[in-house]
Amino acid sequence: MFELLGVPPQVLMGQLLIGLINGSFYAVLSLGLAVIFGLLNIINFAHGAQYMMGAFVAWMLLNYAGIGYWPALILSPLIVGAIGIALERTMIARLYKLDHLYGLLLTFGLALIIQGIFRNYYGVSGLPYQIPGTLQGGQNLGFMFLPNYRGWVIVASLIVCFGTWFMIEKTRLGAYLRAATENPELVGAFGINVPRMITLTYGFGVGLAAFAGVLAAPIYSVNPNMGADLIIVVFAVVVIGGMGSIMGAILTGFGLGIIEGLTRVFYPEGSAVVIFVIMAIVLMIKPEGLFGKSA
Amino acid sequence: MSVTDNTPGTQPAARPPMPRSVGMPMHHKIIFAVLLAALIVLPFLVYPVFAMKVMCFALFACAFNLLLGFGGLLSFGHAAYFGMASYVAAHCAKVWGLTPELAILAGTAVAAALGLVIGALAIRRQGIYFAMVTLAFAQMVYFFALQAGFTGGEDGIQSVPRNDLFGLIPMRSNRALYWVVLFITFGGILALYRITHSPFGQVLKAIRENEPRAVSLGYRVNRYKLIVFVLSAAFAGLAGATKSQVFQLASLTDVHWTMSGEVVLMTLLGGMGTVFGPIVGAAVVVTMQNYLAYLGAWVTVIQGIIFVVGVLLFREGIVGVLSKWLRKPL
Amino acid sequence: MFRKIALSTAAGAALMAGPALAIDIKLGVLNDQSGVYADLSGQGSVVAAQMAVEDFDAAGKGINVEVISADHQNKPDIASNIARQWYDQDGVDAILDVPTSSTALAVADVTAEFGKVFINSGAATSDLTRANCQPTTIHWTYDTASLANGTGKAVTEAGGDTWFFLTADYAFGHALERDTTAVVEANGGEVLGSVAHPFPGTDFSSFLLQAQASGAKVIGLANAGADTVNSIKQASEFGIVQAGQKLAGLLLFINNVHSLGAQTAQGLQMTTAFYWDMNDDTRAFSERFQAEVGAPPSMVQAGVYAGTLHYLKAVEAVGSDDAEAIVAKMKEMETDDPLFGKGYIRKDGRVIHDMYLMEVKTPEESTGEWDLLKLVSTIPGEDAFLPMEDGGCEFALAAE
Repeated sequence: MFELLGVPPQVLMGQLLIGLINGSFYAVLSLGLAVIFGLLNIINFAHGAQYMMGAFVAWMLLNYAGIGYWPALILSPLIVGAIGIALERTMIARLYKLDHLYGLLLTFGLALIIQGIFRNYYGVSGLPYQIPGTLQGGQNLGFMFLPNYRGWVIVASLIVCFGTWFMIEKTRLGAYLRAATENPELVGAFGINVPRMITLTYGFGVGLAAFAGVLAAPIYSVNPNMGADLIIVVFAVVVIGGMGSIMGAILTGFGLGIIEGLTRVFYPEGSAVVIFVIMAIVLMIKPEGLFGKSA
Repeated sequence: MSVTDNTPGTQPAARPPMPRSVGMPMHHKIIFAVLLAALIVLPFLVYPVFAMKVMCFALFACAFNLLLGFGGLLSFGHAAYFGMASYVAAHCAKVWGLTPELAILAGTAVAAALGLVIGALAIRRQGIYFAMVTLAFAQMVYFFALQAGFTGGEDGIQSVPRNDLFGLIPMRSNRALYWVVLFITFGGILALYRITHSPFGQVLKAIRENEPRAVSLGYRVNRYKLIVFVLSAAFAGLAGATKSQVFQLASLTDVHWTMSGEVVLMTLLGGMGTVFGPIVGAAVVVTMQNYLAYLGAWVTVIQGIIFVVGVLLFREGIVGVLSKWLRKPL
Repeated sequence: MFRKIALSTAAGAALMAGPALAIDIKLGVLNDQSGVYADLSGQGSVVAAQMAVEDFDAAGKGINVEVISADHQNKPDIASNIARQWYDQDGVDAILDVPTSSTALAVADVTAEFGKVFINSGAATSDLTRANCQPTTIHWTYDTASLANGTGKAVTEAGGDTWFFLTADYAFGHALERDTTAVVEANGGEVLGSVAHPFPGTDFSSFLLQAQASGAKVIGLANAGADTVNSIKQASEFGIVQAGQKLAGLLLFINNVHSLGAQTAQGLQMTTAFYWDMNDDTRAFSERFQAEVGAPPSMVQAGVYAGTLHYLKAVEAVGSDDAEAIVAKMKEMETDDPLFGKGYIRKDGRVIHDMYLMEVKTPEESTGEWDLLKLVSTIPGEDAFLPMEDGGCEFALAAE
């Protein structure tokens, strides 16, 4: 049995798998961000707060309305997406003509408001949310024990990510969206309601964040701060992947999750900063990102 | 894409003419005088330590504004210079027993050096990518502050002594320290004013408004950007180093990315690109944090609301709106 | 400066030595009101302090007590500034609570600078009465050493002789790991390794896997608050306990156990200085407390009550607000209150009282929402805390 730098292969395999699980969250979240940036040119700093809202809505659905996990997977993104649409219509839409900076500042402010309100009403201790019955327990894979729920997270993320990619890159709707980003007037002249498409796109991106939140609820504690430190990591992922690239966000999300997982084995203290080191390197060498298109 | 400023075969033979420098307009002189008078009276009206905090942050915001408002470059990682200078100055005063003026100088020098390194790398990119590079490096500085021994990690550097100024003048009393801080911060703000209203500042303005044209006029744009970056980092460091002497503490809060966000808030609230905007913005934010602290998490909400309202309605900031109303540049 | 204040207040106290007390005392409760420790300290500590003032009948004895509070957000700079302003400008006589070790150290130093009183209930670091001790600091409820001596010793003696630590990568986590390692090794155990996770962390699966791979019988969680809760939840998810390893939560509060729920947390052992259901006195207090706050008191909040009570007793005995005299009196008088029972304060400021080793009940055993713990054993105060002799607290050792 060979050992890599003193780490036996079973442990390594286990860590890779765990990295993949974390990468799933990064992938779904950065996908949402990439969709919003790629198609709307808005840097949605509220993404972390919307992820948190997704988890909270799932919790609220369970505790106030008795609605369990599976319906929440659909309902929560719809509800949070609707809130996102309301935000977009009332505030964000006014900034499309301005510098990216203002969109970022506005959504940063929104994030502060949302997080502050939730902190006030729910404290920060973390609210419990049970893993749904059908997904409890796990499989012994030999090199590690994989909880069923975590395996489900990988599967669900892959489905959602590739589904979204397919929709945007391969369907007609996606073609309209992509065209609308490049030339909204022309697409509008063809009779397509561009503002409505943009609004729905924002809502969809927010819904993706909320979906990630529901996925996270059973395994990370549901608390108002859950998005706060995650958001800049997700930004880093999007920048590395290429800010407008859908596939870039997905692949980079999974990839970086794995790299972070490996760092945790060899240099655990550095696991929080390795993504930024990579971001700095990528920005120096290929600023448009690994999969981005040159400006 | 980085911009080269020398196309082959068209080396400019002589440097382009520098704009004439203009003296300080009367209304600015008046405002500065009033400000100085107010600051002299302030320690008798409010808690001197609070007043010193406002002044340090005013300097920090002005330094940031130099880069953003006048240089047109948004940095997401300015806390790195502020905080690192704070740590260095605290360490100098506590462990090496340096007097405050030397400690502050050391902190400022380190901040400037850090600005040189990060700036040199960051200016090779533009716009949002520039901002992301500064963020990435700021996170690395945060990580360094967390792991390095001398910074004390979560505890920070505590119980920093207030040594005698120049080895002669005791600084224990808040009043005595106040005059020193006033001198440093007011002097710093005046120096920043001088920089922005100098020929150098005029070139910066040209670069900000139309970079390709500035290049075509023969200005070495990257060098100007780097200089303004280093200056901004240095003055931010000056503010941070001074703050560590006032509060006798340097901690992770000073290098965290939310501190970078706060200085953006102060500048946006006060008015980007105005002279007095950051001062007003800093005063408002620090005062709010202090007096509304009992509201707990609602302060975050209020800050968020200010961001949102500021971006949607008052993009010019408080001073910007005032300036439009008075029809004079402020 | 400290001596000047002491002299002038001593003179003032002498002048005031009349039959009727008329003392104004201002107490400041400084803690986390909106962050990770808000539930175990926060507003509850303020209520605890107020209850102590009422129960002591301060007004009836001529002592006018005002209780103010502020949120330090777990940041040493904010804590330091508030403490400074309170002492400098707002006339606060004593600061209470202050969870989070880094903030506690900062406040201890500021208190010493101004010659006031600091009665800490919330922080863990044993350094408050050892390497960083101050004559003005009283460390009430618990510390990293007593946690190690409680849970660490009990688990090792019960057969858990190989350990692996999951440590929060900051001063508190390292201190807890250090103190527990000492206890484990002193009891014949062995530490196989450790891994430091970033603080605060969210996902511990990778670290837990390393712990599992080490084969240690016990996984020591040298972290607190949300980190501990998440570590335990995720360990349960990965079947770590089912596979045979034991978890030792080195710092747990009743609020964390409540978050986890008996189902997940059953069997976990923890050391605490106070539990609401221990005896009639604690139950009576907790019922009143819960009526106002909505949850039974954590040991931190109980410590604020007891500390305030003892402080006021000292004020009454001294007859003035002279900080130095009050601290001396507090160390002279035995501590006795319905929550912690009898104890005393050592010269270095460490409060010595019994600690309790508790275990989380199974869902079947638990009869109510907060009926979560059962007593395993009582650790006498003398054994729980580290001796003063090798603590490095110079002023206390000099006074011996």
